[in-house]
Amino acid sequence: MSSTAVTETVTTRTAARSAPRFFRNPWRHPWLLEGFTWLYLIWSLAPIALAVLFSFNKGRSQATYQGLTWRWYWGDKVNSIWHNPALHSAMFETLRLSAYTTLIAVPIGVAFALGINRWRGFLPSSFNFIMILSFVVPELIFGVAMFFVFTKMPGLDTIGLGNWAEVLGLVTWNVSWPAILVQARLVTIGKQYEEAAADLGCTQFQTMRRVMLPLLTPAIFASAILVFSGVIDDFVIVDLLSSNATNTPMSVIIYSTQHGGNGGPALNALATVMLLMSFVVAGLGYVGYRLMTRGQRVDGQQALTAITGTE
Amino acid sequence: MAHLPPESLERAPGAEPAARVSGAGRPAQQSKLFWVLLAAPGMIWLAVLFIIPFYAVLAIGEGKLNRQTESPVAVYNPFTWSSANLSNVWHDLFGSGAFAGAIAWRTIWYVAAAALLSLLIAYPAAYFVARFAGRRKGIFLVLLIAPFWISYMMRMLAWIDLLQSDGYVNKVLSFIGLGSPNWLGGHSYTVILGLVYGYIPYLILVLYAGLDRIDPSLIEAGRDLGLSRARTFWRVTLRLSRQPILTGMLITVLPMLGDYYTNQLLSGARDTSMIGNLIQGQLATPSAGQGAILSLIVLLVLILPMIYYVVQTNRASQAAS
Repeated sequence: MSSTAVTETVTTRTAARSAPRFFRNPWRHPWLLEGFTWLYLIWSLAPIALAVLFSFNKGRSQATYQGLTWRWYWGDKVNSIWHNPALHSAMFETLRLSAYTTLIAVPIGVAFALGINRWRGFLPSSFNFIMILSFVVPELIFGVAMFFVFTKMPGLDTIGLGNWAEVLGLVTWNVSWPAILVQARLVTIGKQYEEAAADLGCTQFQTMRRVMLPLLTPAIFASAILVFSGVIDDFVIVDLLSSNATNTPMSVIIYSTQHGGNGGPALNALATVMLLMSFVVAGLGYVGYRLMTRGQRVDGQQALTAITGTE
Repeated sequence: MAHLPPESLERAPGAEPAARVSGAGRPAQQSKLFWVLLAAPGMIWLAVLFIIPFYAVLAIGEGKLNRQTESPVAVYNPFTWSSANLSNVWHDLFGSGAFAGAIAWRTIWYVAAAALLSLLIAYPAAYFVARFAGRRKGIFLVLLIAPFWISYMMRMLAWIDLLQSDGYVNKVLSFIGLGSPNWLGGHSYTVILGLVYGYIPYLILVLYAGLDRIDPSLIEAGRDLGLSRARTFWRVTLRLSRQPILTGMLITVLPMLGDYYTNQLLSGARDTSMIGNLIQGQLATPSAGQGAILSLIVLLVLILPMIYYVVQTNRASQAAS
């Protein structure tokens, strides 16, 4: 009895003595903060994992797990994403839109950044202003403007809603990625390389082609990754500018089907395909960025933040 | 200013004459033309597909209605504009029985609540990863960035699955004995939760990037000079993260104000609709003109914060040079 009481007091005393010491340590690990961070990460990622799980659900439920199957991917002859024509074509439409938008927006944005950065004056700086403005305008406001342009504006209304309207709208919306990232990179590169090239007798075009473009490659690549994945994720512009099933991408199908009350695991399957596409793009982006910045002091974390556009 | 790298100070005076010497052999206007030609496609693109479109919105908003086809007609000549739509919208927003006014207030309250909640959740997590993750920073960063690559619709779908009346959230709640609320039956808290979940990845990235840039020696100096943990945080870290907080808030609040899909998916009820629903819902209807005016009003209200963002972005890129 008494001996346990003694050990108890001893342990409580050491605890009482060590606890303040632990708290007095100015560089102690913030366990509370770490716990909070883990809770946040679970909250942000566990629902996604469950949504992926439901895409393999045996039954029709999106809410209760009933066993694993490939039914909603291709097993079901009517409702699977492979056999349902609307879901099937949406996958390819998303890829098409992403490819077209990237191919148009990146060259325009890069050239714009190079020109704007060196051509001083009121006109270029106001266009730079407008370009950054296009980055923060709420997408709905921009989408509404695009909608009216392609339905009511003389000249442009011949384009009408559909694939072309979507690509034109998406390019305008995404052109600021390459323009901003390339300008930021130009600032860190400085003028020395260009001046050296000019001193060695390069023409402006040669300097661009042989010196600047290679130096800018990582930034251009990162912006292409951002544009491509941004289009996969885009919803508002394609929702407002699509006209029929042949030009409706995955995000709009998921929204309209779920909102119309016809949700089911096939939608989860479609969303999982979308997730895979984005992750493949992100993975390629990461590996590509690491390869392109070999020999420079760029670590994995910088590459990670670079392909999200946060530098 | 204080963070100017020393070499840029040394370089600046020498750079000018060097450029002039190298450019001396060529005619000056040719070199400028090169930059003009590079910038031109982007400038024309922005002019035609970004500036003119807003004039088209104005022309629709100030335009007429074709009574036969029941469709709005754009009027491009400002001298023949009609203010019918404008006065209608004004009446809806501020007049008696103003249904749009209630929606506008609801939008502000949803967005304010969602933005504040996002900040309270995102800041501690970003702070931990930026300052204390140590050798595990890579893995934390991957997990923090992952939602950025997951489509918005996928993330909404995930919560629709969880919040079904027979979903896992209710299973857990009824197991603890807290009943099973009908989450998707049109509640503001579900919509606010959806907004927080939807936009927090963008906020957290901005906060992380800003907090990661804070020089740890400044925080150490605060501690060395005798400040407690809390006071160091308050007087050093928080002061230094004001800019990222502001930018992060802008980057989440602006798109939230144009959101019309989150509440449609998570509630669908009329009494959770936001200003975005009002604009989007009128697009392909005879009252598209009123939607146009409404979207211009939103743009006008937001123009100041947007300009602030642009100026900040410009200043940041100039400070870096």
